[in-house]
Amino acid sequence: MFNHSTIERNATLLLVLGLLTVAVGGIVEVVPLFYLQNTIEKVEGMRPYTPLELVGRNIYVREGCYVCHSQMIRPFRDETERYGHYSLAAESMFDHPFQWGSKRTGPDLARVGNKYSDDWHREHLTNPRSVVPESVMPGYSFLSQTDVDTRYMDEHLIANRRVGVPYTDDMIANAKIDLAAQATDSGDGAEDLLKRYPKAQIRDFDGQPDKLTEMDALVAYLQMLGTLVDFSTFKAEAESR
Amino acid sequence: MTTYEALRHFADSWMLLGFSVFFLAMLVFVFRKGSQSQYDQVSRIPLQDDEKV
Amino acid sequence: MNGYALLAKLVSLGSIVLIAILLAGFGHDTGYMIHASMIAVIAFGFFIYYARSFSFAAAGVPLQATEDTYLDSVIQAGLIATVFWGVAGFLLGVVIASQLAWPILNFDLPWTSFGRLRPLHTSAVVFAFGGNALIATSFYVVQRTCRTRLALGNLAWFVFWGYQIFIVLAATGYLLGITESREYAEPEWYVDLWLTIVWVAYFLVFFGTLLKRKEPHIYVANWFYLAFIFTIAMLHIVNNLSVPVSFLGSKSYSLFSGVQDALIQWWYGHNAVGFFLTAGFLGMMYYFVPKRAGRPVYSYRLSIVHFWSIIFLYIWAGPHHLHYTALPDWAQTLGMVFSVMLWMPSWGGMINGLMTLSGAWDKLRTDPVLRMMVMSVAFYGMATFEGPVMSIKSVNSLSHYTDWTIGHVHSSALGWVGMISFAAVYDLVPKLWHKSGLYSMRLVSWHFWLATLGIVLYASSMWVSGIMQGLMWREYDSQGFLVYSFAESVAAMHPYYIIRMLGGLLFLLGALIMVYNLIRTISGPKTSMARANSPALAV
Repeated sequence: MFNHSTIERNATLLLVLGLLTVAVGGIVEVVPLFYLQNTIEKVEGMRPYTPLELVGRNIYVREGCYVCHSQMIRPFRDETERYGHYSLAAESMFDHPFQWGSKRTGPDLARVGNKYSDDWHREHLTNPRSVVPESVMPGYSFLSQTDVDTRYMDEHLIANRRVGVPYTDDMIANAKIDLAAQATDSGDGAEDLLKRYPKAQIRDFDGQPDKLTEMDALVAYLQMLGTLVDFSTFKAEAESR
Repeated sequence: MTTYEALRHFADSWMLLGFSVFFLAMLVFVFRKGSQSQYDQVSRIPLQDDEKV
Repeated sequence: MNGYALLAKLVSLGSIVLIAILLAGFGHDTGYMIHASMIAVIAFGFFIYYARSFSFAAAGVPLQATEDTYLDSVIQAGLIATVFWGVAGFLLGVVIASQLAWPILNFDLPWTSFGRLRPLHTSAVVFAFGGNALIATSFYVVQRTCRTRLALGNLAWFVFWGYQIFIVLAATGYLLGITESREYAEPEWYVDLWLTIVWVAYFLVFFGTLLKRKEPHIYVANWFYLAFIFTIAMLHIVNNLSVPVSFLGSKSYSLFSGVQDALIQWWYGHNAVGFFLTAGFLGMMYYFVPKRAGRPVYSYRLSIVHFWSIIFLYIWAGPHHLHYTALPDWAQTLGMVFSVMLWMPSWGGMINGLMTLSGAWDKLRTDPVLRMMVMSVAFYGMATFEGPVMSIKSVNSLSHYTDWTIGHVHSSALGWVGMISFAAVYDLVPKLWHKSGLYSMRLVSWHFWLATLGIVLYASSMWVSGIMQGLMWREYDSQGFLVYSFAESVAAMHPYYIIRMLGGLLFLLGALIMVYNLIRTISGPKTSMARANSPALAV
C-alpha cells in the first residue's frame, strides 16, 4: 500500500515529488507573465537603445550601479514628487537584464535623464563630493580616460536582437557609425542616427571632443533614462497592471 | 489576453486546490496512526555511533 | 587508478590547456582573456599533478579496501575551504561597510569600488562560505546516516575542486567588471555553465549515495539537502539563461527583459534564500543539533511537515521583492500571502530544533558549541518572523530600498547561517582529524559572544537607519512639501554605518579566533583512540 513511509524509503520518489512541488509552484507563478508581454499596451516612444546608450548601460551594469540605485519608481506621492511619474512595465521592455535594483543607498535613477547638465554628471562621476557633499558614492574618474571598445558593437546589437530587441538590419549595419556619431558635436551622421533612434541626444558628453570615452557612453545613458515616454500625453489607463 | 487570463485563473483556482489537497494528504499520512513507533526509531539514526568499526 | 583512465584524463586536461591558451589569445575583452589564462594555468596544474603519478601499471589501490571506509578527506578539505572563504567574505564585508561610512576608501579605482566589491562580498559569504559548508556537511551527513561511502568514487573531489574554481572565476570576474548584474547570480555565462556541470556532479554523488544506502530509511536531514540541491539546479539554470555576444567574449544579454526578467530574478533570488540559505542549513540543523545534544529530534513528524510546507510555500514567495513595482498586482499579492504563511512552518522548525534540547538544557552551560546551535536556531526564528512582516505590502512600502532589508539579511546570514555553520565546523574538526576535542572551549565561548554582540550591533543599527531612511523619504511638512532632500537622508546614515562596521568587525574577530582554535586543534596531539586510517563503516 502507498503511504508516506514509501516516500521516506524511496529516494527517487522523494526526488520526483519534491521536484514537482517546487517546479510546478514556480511555473504557475512565472509562466502567466510571459503571456502578458503581448497584452501590455504599447507605450508611445519606446525604442531600442542607441549603440552609445547601450555601451553606457553596459558600463552601468559593469560598475554595479544597480547595487545602490534603483530604476523603479513606485506609485507613492513622495516618490512621484521626488523622481517623477511612476515606472511603467513597458519602459523596461528592452532591458536585458532589467535594472530595477533593490536598494537606494543613492536616489532612484529611472528618470534622471535631462535633470542635470552633462557638466554636472561628469563632475559628479569624477568627484561625487564636489557637487553633493553628503554623497558616499565612489569616484569614477577612470571613465574619462578609458576609450570605448568599438570593435564588436554590431555583435552586441545582434545578440540583443536574438533575445528579442527589435534592432533592424540597418541599425546593425550602422552600429559603429552611430556609436561615433552620437558622441560628437560635428553633426556628422546625426540625421541618420535620429531617423533610426528618435529622441537620441547627440553631442560631446565627456568634454573631450576628440575622444570617445566610457564617460561619453555613461553620461549619454544617464541623460536618456526616462526621457523616451512623453508623460504629458500618456494616459495612465493604458497601462494594464 | 485569453491565454494569460486562462493561466491566471487556473493558477489561483485548480492549481491552488491541487496543492492544498497534496498538502493535506501529506499531513494525513504523517499523522496516521501507528507511525509514531517507526518515527521514533528513524529519529535515532544520527545518534548511532558512526565511528564504530 | 587504471593507467588508461589516467591517460584519458591527461589527454583531456592537456586539450583544455591548449584550448584555454587559444581563447586567451583570441578573446574579445581583457577580462575574458585573463579568465582563459587562469583556466589554462589551473588545468596545467592538474595535468602536472596527474602526470607525476602516471604509469601503465594496473590499478594501485584495490577497490574493496576503500569501499568499507567513509570518504572523509574531501570533507576535511571542504571544512578548510569553508573557514577560509568565511574569513575572506567577512573581511570584505567590513571593507565595504567602511566604504559606506568613509567613501574615500573606494580609492576611485575600478577594482576597489563598492559596486564591484559588494557582489564579491555577498557571493563570498553565501556561495563560498555557505556553499562549502553545505557541500562538506552534506557529504558527511549523507555518509553517516546512510552508513555507506560516497557514491561514484572520487567524483566528490571533482565537486570540491570544481566548486573552488567556480568561486575563483566568479570572484575575479566581479573585480574585472564581468557581471550579469543579477543579484546573487552575477557570474557570466561561461562561469554559469561550469557551475552547472559541477552541480550535476554534486547531485549525482549525493543522490547516488542515497541510492546505495544501507539504512532502509532516508533520514530527514538528507531530504533537506536533496531539496536544496535539485531546487538550486533548477533556479540556477532558468535564471541564468542568456545569449553571449560572442563565444570569445565575457558579455551576454539575458534572455528575458523587464518585468519577466525581474520576476525570474526574484523567483531565483528569494529561493536562493529559501533553498540555499534555509533548506540546506536546516539539513545541517536536523543532523547536528540532535547529534550534539545526544537526543533524537523533538518530533520527527514535525520535521516532515516542516519539509513539505517549506518547499511548497517558499517557491511562491519571490514577488515580495517587487511590491508596488510594475509587476502585476496578483503576483505581488500571491508573493505576500505565501510569505506570511511561511511564518508557521518556519517556527514549527524552530520549535523542533529548540525542543530537541528538552531534558538536555544543562548541556548549554558546558558546551558553547551547542549554545551556538541554539542561538542559530533562535536567529532563524527571529528572521523568519521579521521576513513575513516585511513582505506585507504596507510594511514593505516603508522597508523596501532601505537598510532594514540589509539588517534582516544579516541577522539571518550571520545569526542563522553563520552560527550553525561554525557549530558544525567545531563539531566536525575534532572528529575528522581524530582529536579528543577542540583545543579550547573558552575560545569557542569568546567566538560565540563576539559574534552575538556583532550581530546585535549590526541588526539594530540597520533597523534604526532603515526605518529612519524610509520615514525621511516620505516626510511632508505642513505646506505639503517634502522635508528632506535625498542627500540629507544619506548624511543621517553616517553614524549607523559606523556602528554597522563595528558590528561586522566583532563578527570577523570571532571568526579569526575560530581559525586560531581550529589550527591549534588540528596541530595538537591525536587522541589515544585514533586510528591511522579513516574510520571503517559501522555495519
